[in-house]
Amino acid sequence: MAKSQSMFTAELIAPAIRDAFLKLDPRQLVRNPVMFTTAIVALLLTVLLAVGNDELATGFKLQLVVWLWLTVLFGTFAEALAEGRGKAQAASLRDAKAELKAKKLTGVADSWEAVPATRLTIGDVVLVETGDLIPSDGEVIEGVASVNEAAITGESAPVIREAGGDRSAVTAGTRVISDQIKVRVTVEPGQGFLDRMIALVEGAERQKTPNEIALTILLTGLTIIFLIAVATIPGFASYAGGSIPVAILAALLITLIPTTIAALLSAIGIAGMDRLVRFNVLAKSGRAVEAAGDIDVLLLDKTGTITVGDRQASEFRAVGGASEAELAEAALLASLADETPEGRSIVVLARERFGQSGALPASAEVIAFTAQTRVSGVKLGDTLIQKGAVDSILKANPGLGETAAATELRRVTDEIARAGGTPLAVARNGRLLGAIFLKDVVKAGIRERFGELRQMGIRTVMITGDNPLTAAAIAAEAGVDDFLAQATPEDKLELIRKEQQGGRLVAMCGDGTNDAPALAQADVGVAMNTGTQAAREAGNMVDLDSDPTKLIEVVGLGKQLLMTRGALTTFSVANDVAKYFAIIPAMFVALYPGLGVLNVMGLATPESAILSAIIFNALVIPALVPLALKGVAYKPMGAGPLLARNLAVYGLGGLVAPFAGIKLIDLVVGGLGLA
Amino acid sequence: MTIQGWGLILAFVAVLLLIAKPIGLWLFALYEGRRTPLHVVLGPVERGFYRLSGIDPAQEQGWRRYAVHMLLFNLALLLLTYALLRLQGLLPLNPLGHAGIGADGAFNTAISFTTNTNWQWYSGEAAMSNLSQMLALTIQNFLSAATGIALAFALFRGFARRQAPAGGAIGIGNFWADVTRVTLYLLLPVCVVYALFLIASGVPQTLAGSVDLTTLEGARQTLGLGPVASQEAIKMLGTNGGGFFNANSAHPFENPDALTNFVQMLSIFSIGVGLTYTFGKAVDDTRQGWAILAAMMLLFVAGVGVTYWQEAAGNPVLAQLGVAGGNMEGKEVRFGIAASALFSVVTTAASCGAVNAMHDSFTPLGGMIPLLNIQLGEVVIGGVGAGIYGFLLFAILAVFVAGLMVGRTPEYVGKKIEAREVKLAVLAIAVLPLVILGGTALSAVTGAGLAGPLNKGPHGFSEMLYGFASAVGNNGSAFAGLSAGTPWYNGLLGVAMWIGRFFVIVPMLAIAGSLAAKRHTPAGAGSFPTTGGLWVGLLVGIVLVLGGLTFLPSLALGPIADHLAMIRGQLS
Repeated sequence: MAKSQSMFTAELIAPAIRDAFLKLDPRQLVRNPVMFTTAIVALLLTVLLAVGNDELATGFKLQLVVWLWLTVLFGTFAEALAEGRGKAQAASLRDAKAELKAKKLTGVADSWEAVPATRLTIGDVVLVETGDLIPSDGEVIEGVASVNEAAITGESAPVIREAGGDRSAVTAGTRVISDQIKVRVTVEPGQGFLDRMIALVEGAERQKTPNEIALTILLTGLTIIFLIAVATIPGFASYAGGSIPVAILAALLITLIPTTIAALLSAIGIAGMDRLVRFNVLAKSGRAVEAAGDIDVLLLDKTGTITVGDRQASEFRAVGGASEAELAEAALLASLADETPEGRSIVVLARERFGQSGALPASAEVIAFTAQTRVSGVKLGDTLIQKGAVDSILKANPGLGETAAATELRRVTDEIARAGGTPLAVARNGRLLGAIFLKDVVKAGIRERFGELRQMGIRTVMITGDNPLTAAAIAAEAGVDDFLAQATPEDKLELIRKEQQGGRLVAMCGDGTNDAPALAQADVGVAMNTGTQAAREAGNMVDLDSDPTKLIEVVGLGKQLLMTRGALTTFSVANDVAKYFAIIPAMFVALYPGLGVLNVMGLATPESAILSAIIFNALVIPALVPLALKGVAYKPMGAGPLLARNLAVYGLGGLVAPFAGIKLIDLVVGGLGLA
Repeated sequence: MTIQGWGLILAFVAVLLLIAKPIGLWLFALYEGRRTPLHVVLGPVERGFYRLSGIDPAQEQGWRRYAVHMLLFNLALLLLTYALLRLQGLLPLNPLGHAGIGADGAFNTAISFTTNTNWQWYSGEAAMSNLSQMLALTIQNFLSAATGIALAFALFRGFARRQAPAGGAIGIGNFWADVTRVTLYLLLPVCVVYALFLIASGVPQTLAGSVDLTTLEGARQTLGLGPVASQEAIKMLGTNGGGFFNANSAHPFENPDALTNFVQMLSIFSIGVGLTYTFGKAVDDTRQGWAILAAMMLLFVAGVGVTYWQEAAGNPVLAQLGVAGGNMEGKEVRFGIAASALFSVVTTAASCGAVNAMHDSFTPLGGMIPLLNIQLGEVVIGGVGAGIYGFLLFAILAVFVAGLMVGRTPEYVGKKIEAREVKLAVLAIAVLPLVILGGTALSAVTGAGLAGPLNKGPHGFSEMLYGFASAVGNNGSAFAGLSAGTPWYNGLLGVAMWIGRFFVIVPMLAIAGSLAAKRHTPAGAGSFPTTGGLWVGLLVGIVLVLGGLTFLPSLALGPIADHLAMIRGQLS
């Protein structure tokens, strides 16, 4: 997927112009009451142009009609342009999906039959070999493979997908580039990730978000109020002994109703989703994007978000009379089979420090880490080496806790924890040797980011499996507001519930199956694309790059979307003041010549004033399309200064700009002799 | 303009700011149902009422129940008033022998007093018996005011409710308890003292009908009398505004001197300013209340400034003829220009409608401010209760329009403003232009309507426009000049008053109900700030843009055209 796309290329604009006309379909137009009203008024004037009979010049009325239709078309064009960008992305996704074939296992040995991907149903198991495209979303149930997911993430570096654990989810349309895996299909045809993504970027599934609905109601309400204001004018005029032509009333109505924001409203929404997509985050609904702007509490996993991915072994601290070399050797042996980055860093440290080469003899029996024992290790003949969290090691060796070595170990591990490190205890045949100091490295610049979030009124909570001492040290170093230590998935869920009960909105990200309940409970749950299918289903956003730090940007994008809407609404309403000053004197000057003094802009003639106001009203829409699509400039800051800034730019600007704009257009209209 | 004039205005504002908190605290005690010192004496009375009518004051009502009970109560009062007025010729305490009021007149007046409007098409002394004044009109003055305050309480609770009480849905209070407490512990006691003060100042309080006397010139004159002071007190305090006499507070028996004039103006605003503080207390952040009061005060002082300036400047046509000293037409010499300008803005900013000068005789722009005040929905301090709930509707829209600009979905005092609230607020606010402009337009094109205004040209238009604005806004002041005692105006304005009151109240209560059920979001650094100068400015802007722009065409054809003609030396 193209990461950056210019906004106004010819290949985007041409179809958008065509679509702008297609969107004049009343069934589509009625969804936007303000633009629908504008279209009806334009239609009415078009009819009156043919049959009407008033003192206005036909050329003037013709121009009014043209500009009214243009107002409507600019609106539909903005929407079409916003959609067009998504459509281009959808097309490339379709290519990825086009010819998916599956090797469906028949259940008899390893034999398979070739079927089209569209005929796979939940529970089917397929074989995917090197070079094959994965035919459907699913869970790896056997094997390990490296997979190129560029088709959906745009990232060509392959990723590992393996059975079991948190990296078992695969996506249709991605390619296996080495080894082979068996995949159990987890979605019905047409409902996979790719399908959803296509629908999403195309805007086919687009529904109005709650805030958009509320705004549409407000805009409709304003339209009704202004309709009342304009519809009663003929009565007033008749009292004053005159009459106002329908075309003039129509012009006044259209300039007063909030056409600017109404025309751009759906484009803003589509562009907001689009920005997320180009940021490689897929939101399952617009509601989720809006909620992101409202987030009060951000739960961030320590590892990968606050600290650079992996802890590094930095020291061996022997206890109970064991030598450091003895400890290093045991740690090395216990870690040789440990493929985690931490395990590897222990091996590296032991080799650097003591030049130990150490290779596991063939007879060695590896004890894998399990969530129950939380201890790993190795068995060499009758020697058992265990490595794990201090509590786990003590639990695995009953009676050990009473020894002097254990007391010493506790002191050492406290020291390590207070320094923000993680202690890993090592025992040999039930005797404590000491602890490995695993050091957490806090990411550069993360402290400043948290400072920005605090300014925005967002509280950050670090989630970690570390003990409270370690957690506190890292939390202080990283500058988070709070932390949840020794967190289990249940704790996380509990914390989210508690915050929500206090009226706060919570965002988090996660990847594992055990994160799923919390992801579902959070107001914004960003699932990592590398995560399990369960996590991806539970969250309301998926990050294709699997970068947990992005949660911070997602909040910013949500805020930007809401701000853009607010800014353009304020601008649109503030515009009305100048438009009144253009049209009221023009309209009433024949009834009461004294009202000419209200023509503060000094517009040439009443016709020119009305035409200029309507032209300004129309042209401001395309002029603001770039802003609607890009979103207003956003810098993290507190609500007070943010409001002051936006109110000055869009409120005050909206008050002043049309005075200048209408005057300028009036000069052009006069110069060209249009009215 | 004079220093004394501005001194009066500033003194008035200063006293208002001083009394906001104590009155607000008293109202807050009633809002909460707490004990006040008056409970020692009046507590048994309150409980007696509940026992008599079988009401459990602690029982919370949902917004629908609250609304239905409020409507039934008001409907019953309406029918009672109508009956009393129709039958007054047969009833006692009618020393001047007034006949029963005609059907359209009684309809209009019954609605007028039920809706806290007190629009009077009649002259009190020439149409109403003492019984009607006391039993029909004065009682309505109390109860319509109490209803308004109760409704404001209900909306406050919508904002303030944090979570449902154990084992029940979230309610917005109990209408009967609210009305009883407000009447018993606030309106009645204050009015007793207030009426005594007025009596001491020379306002009559008697059941005698009139006195005949010989004037200095030797002519015979009949002076109307009656229980004036008691009605005068609640007329002001409850922002009712219906005078005992036709001349209203310009009449020396209603408003004898400068002191009573000052106290009357204060009493119009006192509950209104108090309620802003009560709101702050209710939502547990008094700055919220002060911010609203600040926005109201800005609009108020600006309005007074324009009216005083215009009235002091006077009519240039008359100035050329050698008439110096501003516009004194229709004003009482004992009050002068500043006190009359101030009174006119106070009475229209609040939905009071009492007048101490004739607004019709103001300069065009001087008279436009009272008109605009009413058109904005009387949200500048406003009628008791009605002012703050109307203003909060604008606050909801202001938060919604601008709130998005801080990048959060809008919230006000911790409650999210969503589609339902926006819909209801727009509905309530749209009622005003619909009926004001619609009624005026209708009258402008029908013979019966056109027969009303005294003047021709834009000034006559202003008279009609003012009439409808006054009715819909439940103000009740007359621009004068409009002969409104016709079936056309009695009927149309009666309907306008009913719509203007209850078609705003019902959506407003629905908002209260909807807000009450919402989760409360604590404010943080990222929340939209609804205190401080920026917010105050924003509120003022929204009220002027939403309220003002709707009425600009009508104002252009009325007072503005009138003014422009005047400075060009034309007299309409």
